[in-house]
Amino acid sequence: MAATPEISATQEPPSGASTERRHVKPPAGEGFVWLTAMGLAFGIIMILGLLALIFVKGVQTFWPRDIHVVELVDDSQFTLQGSSTIAGSISDERVKRVPSGQILAEGEKEAREYQFFVGNRDAYGLSFLYVDADDIASWEEPESIMQAERIGWGDSIFYPVSLTLADGSTLPADAPEFEARLHALIDTAAERREEMRHINRGEIGHISQQIVEKERRMRVLREEDGLEASAPEMQELQAELDQLQQESRQLQDEVAQVRDRNDQEQLTYRVITGEERTEPISDLIKVWKPNQMGFFDKLAWFGGDFWSFMTEEPREANTEGGIFPTIFGTVVLVMMMSAAVMPFGVIAAIYLREYATQGPFVQIVRISINNLAGVPSIVYGVFGLGFFVYFLGGTIDDIFFPHHESSVFKSGGILWAALTLALMTVPVVVVATEEAFASVPSGLREASLACGASKWQTIQRVVIPAAAPGILTGLILAIARGAGEVAPLMLVGVIKLAPSLPVDATPPFIHLERKFMHLGFHIFDLGFQSPDSEAAKPMVFATTFLLIMLVIALNLGAILIRERLRKKYAYGSF
Amino acid sequence: MASVPHIQMPHTSEEGAANRKPSPDEKFIQVKDLSFWYGEKQVLFDLNLDIPKNKVTAFIGPSGCGKSTLLRNFNRLNDLVEGVRHTGDITIGGRSIYDEKLDVITLRKRVGMVFQKYNPFPKSIYENVIFSKRIAGVNKKSELDEVVVRSLQGAALWEEVKDRLHDSALGLSGGQMQRLCIARAIANDPPVLLMDEPCSALDPIASSKIEELIHELKDRYTIVIVTHNMQQAARVSDRTAFFYLGKLIEYDETENIFLHPRNPQTEAYVSGSIG
Ligand SMILES: Nc1ncnc2c1ncn2[C@@H]1O[C@H](COP(=O)(O)OP(=O)(O)OP(=O)(O)O)[C@@H](O)[C@H]1O
Ligand SMILES: [Mg+2]
Repeated sequence: MAATPEISATQEPPSGASTERRHVKPPAGEGFVWLTAMGLAFGIIMILGLLALIFVKGVQTFWPRDIHVVELVDDSQFTLQGSSTIAGSISDERVKRVPSGQILAEGEKEAREYQFFVGNRDAYGLSFLYVDADDIASWEEPESIMQAERIGWGDSIFYPVSLTLADGSTLPADAPEFEARLHALIDTAAERREEMRHINRGEIGHISQQIVEKERRMRVLREEDGLEASAPEMQELQAELDQLQQESRQLQDEVAQVRDRNDQEQLTYRVITGEERTEPISDLIKVWKPNQMGFFDKLAWFGGDFWSFMTEEPREANTEGGIFPTIFGTVVLVMMMSAAVMPFGVIAAIYLREYATQGPFVQIVRISINNLAGVPSIVYGVFGLGFFVYFLGGTIDDIFFPHHESSVFKSGGILWAALTLALMTVPVVVVATEEAFASVPSGLREASLACGASKWQTIQRVVIPAAAPGILTGLILAIARGAGEVAPLMLVGVIKLAPSLPVDATPPFIHLERKFMHLGFHIFDLGFQSPDSEAAKPMVFATTFLLIMLVIALNLGAILIRERLRKKYAYGSF
Repeated sequence: MASVPHIQMPHTSEEGAANRKPSPDEKFIQVKDLSFWYGEKQVLFDLNLDIPKNKVTAFIGPSGCGKSTLLRNFNRLNDLVEGVRHTGDITIGGRSIYDEKLDVITLRKRVGMVFQKYNPFPKSIYENVIFSKRIAGVNKKSELDEVVVRSLQGAALWEEVKDRLHDSALGLSGGQMQRLCIARAIANDPPVLLMDEPCSALDPIASSKIEELIHELKDRYTIVIVTHNMQQAARVSDRTAFFYLGKLIEYDETENIFLHPRNPQTEAYVSGSIG
């Protein structure tokens, strides 16, 4: 009887000894509760810390930083091309690493060093520079210094000197309308760039497609039907081809003209080493003077930068520009995966639970499915490559595209990638669906059957709706696993830089065979494959941040749907 | 409903003669030498009983004696359990329900069932009532509306829910849900209505409503009700069958069972000394 000592203790006259005894001995197992709580707290703190780091680092990328002009002491070894003046923003500050084997002398304190982003990679041959804190003689933040984001070579930091206009006249930087003119010119240049892109991608692309098509038709006629070049059909095709090539040349001329016009306007500027450089305005994307900006200017600038990061295409081997195609590719991939995995997983689960005769065989199948969830994802990638790409894709190409020079479906593409991910996540859906089915109250099935419903009608009209929230939980888990997956995708269709999106305005609108870009792969590529990893570092954080946001958003979407279903099919009263 | 063949098939001459001896209505449902096993375990032993048409027949007996098992044989809901086996036969309207040619779905359309635990579907009240119509492929709005009104009125629920037909059925009270389940069961207008302890989850007021309802329904339906409540059995039923350990101990007019039981076991049970 556990209660007996308790009763006797209260009946005893209150004495110090008895109260103390009761305080000293906590209920058995209390220590383990603390242990589990600590374990949980530790895990949560680690995860929050990671998210905070990614968030801060990711967001910092877009915050305009002040530019410092730094004078170095006379005998400093950190000069920039011989100049002892450096201009740049501080990208990192740390304790200087002591070369191994060297020990700090008594009284000598740890040296700090700054990492400056100095830009102008074209002029200096580098864009980051470490400088000892001790070597800095003076700091200054001149208002007139300017930073520019450029199409090539990364950012540039400079003092503007003058503008060369299209008519050959120049406008000095101290003219009052200088900045307004500069911004206006950059805007027109951007419009022209857009125009050229439109012609290049849209019209010329369209014509080249037709040219390829015509050439293939001629080849088929020549090789299969043995037609001579003089045959009337061939002549007709040839004429059409010439016409198209003519058009294409005309458009290319047009583009060249626009480009020439764009190159006429130039900006002359002086970098901190004293060198003067001249660059066409069309190379600039935007210019700003960070030292003149207040907090709200910076905030607005930050918003604009972040927006263009999300909506623009990458430049400079992906280390600059936006990441829109990767976001788009990831979303389309996950949606296609969901569309494939849901019916497949649910149907498999229905058969397993409702129709298959329960017994050792079904049990083995069930255990195997459970274990499939643990197979390393790269194995699925290899399978996807072998089965989907080479076998299925190869067969499709043989049957439907026998005359294409390059493979259409027999190379990685978004369809194969989505199917590979679907295959990888199908066990998750099957397991969750089976559980959801099992938890549908048997009273509901009996009620339905007693109304004269067949087994299939019962499943379709009663069991599936009641199990829908559980099935969606499976989908959520599948998305969580599939959205962040990179390894298998590298084998079945993800690429560093895709020329076009998997869904766009050209018929048939959804291009299942196209290669695509993906946030996860982008992180890998930027952080670990790019030639200038220092320059790419902020992008890696920003991209990681976005990937996490995207996975959260996709999950939230699915959770919202599930909650709505839960409300609809709530079975609280049972 | 036109597509559903009526269970009352034309009798063959000998069969009809056999059935009609006293009056066919007296033997609307016939249980003949029925024994039933769950796996190796026998739960019903050689049952023989005739249930009259358009009357209320109550099954009473201590827990585990096989009342539900027998009831669930009438619409073959026990087929769902693996490893069940039976000998003997049950006929409804003269036709064996185990007839190979009789589709079990057709049978269930003609034999409605109300369960101990109210189990409305997680759908609207309207959709719950017309469930059996929907699965039969009826989609004509006017016909469905008519079924809803008739069934809900039949289940004495119409006045309470007529303004919220398209709300979720799960928002109803327990008693209302049980009446909704009755409405759902009678939507097909089945000749037979099985009720397995329909009031066990309800309070006395809700129970009395259901009892009133049973009174009204018995003009049109043959009702078989399982109950643990002796007063209820006495109030609602015309006939009462007392089961004990899978055997039919006594079956008679309700009055006789409660006032002049012939079997000492029956007497002990109805007076409350076993159970
Ligand atoms: N699905 C099943 N599998 C195996 N045995 C079962 C199953 N259902 C019922 N039984 C057994 O059959 C016997 C009769 O059960 P049944 O449910 O018919 O009793 P009951 O008279 O309805 O009892 P209660 O009044 O408690 O509802 C019981 O001994 C029970 O254990
Ligand atoms: Mg029972």
